[in-house]
Amino acid sequence: MRSPVARTPRPGGRRRSPTAPPRTFLWTRRIFLTALTGFVLLPVYVMFSSSLKPLEDVSGAFRWLPSELTVRPYLDIWHTVPLARYFLNSLIVAGSATVCSVLVAVFAAYAVSRYHFRGKRIFTVTVLSTQMFPGILFLLPLFLIYVNIGNTTGVALYGSRGGLVLTYLTFSLPFSLWMLTGYFASVPRELDEAAYVDGCGPLGALFRVVVPAALPGIIAVAVYAFMTAWGEVLFASVMTNDTTRTLSVGLQGYATQNDVYWNQVMAASLVVSVPVVAGFLLLQRYLVAGLTAGAVK
Amino acid sequence: MRILRAATVTATVTALAAVAAGCGGGSGFGGGGSDDSPRSLTYWASNQGPNVEADKKILGPELKKFERRTGIKVKLEVIPWPELLNRILAATTSGQGPDVLNIGNTWSASLQATGALLSWDRKNFAAIGGRDRFLAPALDATGAAGKDPAAVPLYSLAYALYYNKRMFQEAGISKPPATWDELVADGKRIAKDGKWGLGAEGGQLTNNIHQAFALGKQHGADFFDAAGKPSFTSDGAVAAVKQYIDFMAKDKIIAPGNAEYGQNQSLRDFATGRTAMVLWQAAATTFSADGMKPGDWGVAPVPVPSGTPGTGRQINSMLAGINIAVFKNTRNLRGAQKFVRFMTSDAEQRLLNKAYGSIPPVKAAQRDPAFDRKDTKVLRETLTQSAAPLPQIAEESQFETSVGTAIKDLFADAAAGHPVTTASVKARLAKAQQQMAQ
Amino acid sequence: MRGRARLRRVGLPYLLLLPALLLELLVHLVPMVIGIVMSFKELTQLHIAHWGAAPWKALGNYRVTVDFDAPAGATLLHSFVVTCAFSVLTVGLCWLLGTAAAIFLQENFRGRGLLRAVFLTPYALPVYAAVITWAFLFQRDNGLVNHVLHDQLGLTGDRPFWLLGDNSFVALLVVSVWKTWPFAFLVVMAALQSIPKDLYEAAALDGAGLIRQIRRITLPSLRPINQVLLLVLFLWSFNDFNTPYVLFGKAAPEAADLLSIHIYQSSFVTWNFGTGSAMSVLLLLFLLVVTAGYLLATSRGRKSADA
Repeated sequence: MRSPVARTPRPGGRRRSPTAPPRTFLWTRRIFLTALTGFVLLPVYVMFSSSLKPLEDVSGAFRWLPSELTVRPYLDIWHTVPLARYFLNSLIVAGSATVCSVLVAVFAAYAVSRYHFRGKRIFTVTVLSTQMFPGILFLLPLFLIYVNIGNTTGVALYGSRGGLVLTYLTFSLPFSLWMLTGYFASVPRELDEAAYVDGCGPLGALFRVVVPAALPGIIAVAVYAFMTAWGEVLFASVMTNDTTRTLSVGLQGYATQNDVYWNQVMAASLVVSVPVVAGFLLLQRYLVAGLTAGAVK
Repeated sequence: MRILRAATVTATVTALAAVAAGCGGGSGFGGGGSDDSPRSLTYWASNQGPNVEADKKILGPELKKFERRTGIKVKLEVIPWPELLNRILAATTSGQGPDVLNIGNTWSASLQATGALLSWDRKNFAAIGGRDRFLAPALDATGAAGKDPAAVPLYSLAYALYYNKRMFQEAGISKPPATWDELVADGKRIAKDGKWGLGAEGGQLTNNIHQAFALGKQHGADFFDAAGKPSFTSDGAVAAVKQYIDFMAKDKIIAPGNAEYGQNQSLRDFATGRTAMVLWQAAATTFSADGMKPGDWGVAPVPVPSGTPGTGRQINSMLAGINIAVFKNTRNLRGAQKFVRFMTSDAEQRLLNKAYGSIPPVKAAQRDPAFDRKDTKVLRETLTQSAAPLPQIAEESQFETSVGTAIKDLFADAAAGHPVTTASVKARLAKAQQQMAQ
Repeated sequence: MRGRARLRRVGLPYLLLLPALLLELLVHLVPMVIGIVMSFKELTQLHIAHWGAAPWKALGNYRVTVDFDAPAGATLLHSFVVTCAFSVLTVGLCWLLGTAAAIFLQENFRGRGLLRAVFLTPYALPVYAAVITWAFLFQRDNGLVNHVLHDQLGLTGDRPFWLLGDNSFVALLVVSVWKTWPFAFLVVMAALQSIPKDLYEAAALDGAGLIRQIRRITLPSLRPINQVLLLVLFLWSFNDFNTPYVLFGKAAPEAADLLSIHIYQSSFVTWNFGTGSAMSVLLLLFLLVVTAGYLLATSRGRKSADA
């Protein structure tokens, strides 16, 4: 009987070992994963084939294979809308928001998971309650606050990338905090003790022991923070201007009152998603790293 | 102890909120602006061209021209439609916004009610050449009746009937329909073998409202009574909406699939020869982009119950357009007025409206032969003779949403095969009216 | 010396929390309070420019909202029911798919890394483009779904509508699950890494089958993560605005009228921010109650190490 945990493949042949997975498991897995892949990739395929069609064909009758292929959309997207600039803005904003968010969340989660202190419950409950308010209602008050800060201190937060970074990093904070607290909690205290014995302070223990042990969780949280910032539309639409506009809002620029350049929308979306998916491909390795079992015994 | 801590937290947050609130609302919208920074202006333009970059290319040289003449530098930002209202809202709430901006003319009354826009009284109009330069119907779409306009007309448009010449020829129809009965008859002749007579954007709330409004005028109904209260269930309003829905439900000249159209699929259907007629504003560029040649389609005025288009019951289109407005707390009032004068000057009006395919609301500029070509001629005549603005009330967008949704739901009923009767139409409109009461 | 060291030890958690606290105050909490204050005022377009001086309406906005006999209240109630059903189903399906995929991908096989990246793709695609593509797929006349169901498989008699009428709920659910399940997958996958292998090996030696192992080892170990994951997925899908907005536009069909769109209609579109805020506060209260109940119910019998 087999465990659902990773096992290195044995060299030399495909003989069925007694602990190999049963045929039913293998077949269930194959069917399930194939169906799931189909479900996931179906719209991606439609986006891809739409991006290679001339405009007339895009929302016409559906065909599995486009009758006419053209790469024109992939060239036009850079001119119709300043896509390169939006891409850069999104990268800067999402990247900064992610780094800061993860740092802040790591510190806070360490405090919540390792210490008992007064106000801990209130803090966690308050932070969680921020997820219950619909985003629309934050919009105007937050804009007001940024304008006031701008008026009193001269630091313009609206219309700037900095204001957006601040906003996004806070948006992803509650969930990051909760998840990291959970991931940290599953790192045994014995590891911390071992680090103290070696002469580290609490911060040393954090960075030497806890973080590496919870690395998959941190990666997951970083991905979440990045994608939150990458895909946010509402606040970006109000808080950016032409120079600082991000992708999520900028993509709507392919749609005007009468004409919607669907093929370009699809092409642009695929182009900007390629680096993100490539990032996923690189990162997914780290999601398995850092097993702690056996280290303490 | 825990209570004390909770109280401290609450108090801190409330205090911070009070501070933010106290400074909130900006400096408000005081008197009539100032002239603190006479050398620069911020202008928010709406997206009128095929895309934002095209708009910048069209407006850029004009703004340079303005700078050369007046020495005022104009910072342009072209804002896509999905964002524009949100941005204006944020600007209104915080007091932090542009000096001059474009607004859809249906927003005029709502924005006027916020008190954020400069009123164009006689003095201000004198600064741009006087009221009489502008088309009277276009001026009606600049704010509530009886009040000074909150904006000045910039680009104007109306609806027209586009028809596929070849499909008409094949069906043996020699000229476009001038009355609704003729339209239905023509549509029925064409509607077979996967082809349909008329296209409708049933899922698009604004389009629904526009059609219902024009039909309402023809039935003598106004959707709002003289006191500004909603009257969606008057006989005329119900008849108007029912007539529009019946094109799908009874006459069967609109394909059922049109009930869910919300991304201009009806234009695509027309361009690919699936539909023979469509009612739209300026669609020429879309048809060309979709592969039609200019000779393939013809333009005619939107039909009327009988006779020819005119005023009163012969109105056949809502008056569409863009207005240009000034934010009350602008820091360059003189400059803003100069800019509006520049944008509404005869020369600029001719140039910009030609570039955008709209009709100038400035009478003198309309005489340019560019506005007498096939498409634009019909639009211009409709605009000057038989178009009326949507109700200029503060709750205009609520009206659009509630009645537009009612029509969308009725189309869904018709498409699903449920019966559409006067009673069912009235019921839905009654529900929409109740939503207005909030 | 000892005093200072003790101060540092006691003060450390607060210091670690400080950045998070400041950010939350600035961006989340103070705006929320302002939003709550707005719900007690009459905030229509007449007053928005001087919102500080807008007239107080006390509970007026709330009364309008909860009056279930009036059309506004009745549609709100209906919207609420639809949103509950939608959230529960979304969370359930996302969790099932995510956990199953994470478990299946635990064991190394050829192409596992690629499959991981493929599964995260919906999460990587811009929301606007992805949802618009689904809108294309669900089109009645030209969409792939009807093309397959009607033309190629002949499963339905007449071409059904997916973006109108009752089927719109199903369409919304499919899009939402498609978009969100990779997130559950990501979170569960990361959590699975921290379960020690020896637990499984011991169970396997004892003769436990796969299902048994999942029930006895995997699920209990995932409990802390699952607790948060399910809650957060529920809250997010309850408040999801982008998906229905891009799929249906400003007016969603009745079967898919989610609260977020409903509140948007009552505030941004109609310039009635007082009522919109009141609805949001009611929504907040409801979710607080649900969350409290959920946390109480799931905390029973759990270690309090991370309470």
